[in-house]
Amino acid sequence: MAFFEGLKMTGGYGTGPDIINSCSVDVNRGEIVSILGPNGAGKSTAMKALLGLINLKSGAVVIDGKDITKLSPQDRVRQGISFVPQTKNVFAGMTVEENLEMGAYLRDDNYQDVIEEIYELFPILREKRNQLVGELSGGQRQQVALGRALMIKPSVLMLDEPTAGVSPIVMDELFDHIIKVKRTNVAILMVEQNAKQALNISDRGYVLVTGENKYAGTGKELLNDPRVRSSFLGG
Amino acid sequence: MDFLNAIILLLNYIFVPALTYGSQLALGAIFVTLIYGILRFANFATGDMMAFGTMVTILITWYFQSIGISLGVLPTALLAIPFAIIFMIGYMLFIDKFVFRYYRVNKSPPVQLAMVSIGVMFVTQAVVRIIIGPADQRFFDGERFIIKAREFKEMTGLNEGLAIKSSQVLTIFITLILVSILFWFLNKTKTGKSMRAYSDNEDLALLSGIDPKRVVMITWIIAGILATIGGALYGLDKSFKPFTYFNNMLPIFAAAIVGGIGNPFGAFLGGYVIAFSEIFITYAYKKFFMYILPESMEPETLVQLLSTDYKFAVSFSILVIVLLYRPNGIFKGKVL
Ligand SMILES: Nc1ncnc2c1ncn2[C@@H]1O[C@H](COP(=O)(O)OP(=O)(O)O)[C@@H](O)[C@H]1O
Ligand SMILES: [Mg+2]
Repeated sequence: MAFFEGLKMTGGYGTGPDIINSCSVDVNRGEIVSILGPNGAGKSTAMKALLGLINLKSGAVVIDGKDITKLSPQDRVRQGISFVPQTKNVFAGMTVEENLEMGAYLRDDNYQDVIEEIYELFPILREKRNQLVGELSGGQRQQVALGRALMIKPSVLMLDEPTAGVSPIVMDELFDHIIKVKRTNVAILMVEQNAKQALNISDRGYVLVTGENKYAGTGKELLNDPRVRSSFLGG
Repeated sequence: MDFLNAIILLLNYIFVPALTYGSQLALGAIFVTLIYGILRFANFATGDMMAFGTMVTILITWYFQSIGISLGVLPTALLAIPFAIIFMIGYMLFIDKFVFRYYRVNKSPPVQLAMVSIGVMFVTQAVVRIIIGPADQRFFDGERFIIKAREFKEMTGLNEGLAIKSSQVLTIFITLILVSILFWFLNKTKTGKSMRAYSDNEDLALLSGIDPKRVVMITWIIAGILATIGGALYGLDKSFKPFTYFNNMLPIFAAAIVGGIGNPFGAFLGGYVIAFSEIFITYAYKKFFMYILPESMEPETLVQLLSTDYKFAVSFSILVIVLLYRPNGIFKGKVL
């Protein structure tokens, strides 16, 4: 059994139609798992389901053998699950350091050393610590978003399109950072549009189509699978 | 000599009154901006909530006076304010629990909450008028002046006197202390920062484990403090008449919007922008020009841009101009 699992999750928004259907994903600590698929496939929705931001009609979410399907998002954060949403993932009107402090809101101990660790991981943030995040570049903002999510020292980190809207160079840089985080024994689950590059750094991946699992495999397998290549990787 | 007289004239009739009035507006404007930034609606009950807080201050002041408690040269009301604040916080939390919470939990649109606040306004207004009546109330006691105009003239030998009322000095002094504490709280404490975070990005605040109930409660507590102190200072300096407080909502909203709605420091400065504009534009400069111009050029008219009866037109015009050209306010800076 994997460390963090969504099992046969079915559900949607409010009373609307089901967006995800019997969708299953899992990830282990020290592993990067990517969720790929066309726009509107329900990738973000699957992440929201794992975090408890939408209610499931059926299925379960399990962390470290413990069923957390009934827990609120806040309580799941307390269980060590951190989430970086696709949009609006920073406090734009606050400084870099304040963003990190807010990430540590649930910590009662002295988190100054954790902030130091984040600055080691993302040196640019130390330089910009007193700048408003709204004034930073896209790539720097994504680092703030990652940093904020890492402040609770999560065991699971979920990233929704961490490289959306940044240049290829910045994308490589962000992926390097994500690999560094993985080496600290965090389970990383990410949704990506840049499928090839994402699979390159992923241990495993899932392809989601209309809310259902379509293909699954290791990063290499998916990269070399002709069906996946032709439909999602541009040949 | 004439030049000095002209300066004293402006200090006496423009600068000191505008600084005082601006402080009173600033407290109201921070109240509006805080509610808007965190609870996300325009609170039309602001003026009447301030009237309510003032009324409670007055009742407690009267009680203290009746049993012979006083502060000597200082107004007894200063002693009553802390008790009135406690009462007002209770009132705010009561209204929130039984009125606003319902709409917040149901995620009603901001317009609906604003309409609800109009309901709260009518009820608060009625309660104030039932308890204390619609008439003018004076509750200032203690030493009225710090410097009297006549004493100033004797001291300096100038024609123009500078009168400084103790209520003016108290207003400016208390406002500066209160606002400094508030900004320290919002910018330096964990709870204050969590309120700014909630105002900035509610969803991410929830994902960071910030408790919205706590944020809302603290917002109303601060609102209770601002409403009571802002209202009581205005009443001490001028007089307490419920209708005036309702009217003051126009300059207060103008100040909040000039400062960039949701930006407390902007609201603070906005209070002074509005107060100075109102007084600059409605002051009759005839005497001022008589001092600085040679006799041959003395003005025949009052040299008043707008009669004081139209002072609200100034706030209103500023409001419209800012909304048209700088809808995010005239100051750059962080939101709450
Ligand atoms: N907040 C929402 N309320 C209702 N429907 C939504 C909401 N967010 C997304 N959807 C719908 O859910 C479907 C899947 O969206 P999403 O999970 O964001 O796709 P992806 O992240 O794979 O691009 C889309 O049809 C979208 O219209
Ligand atoms: Mg998405």
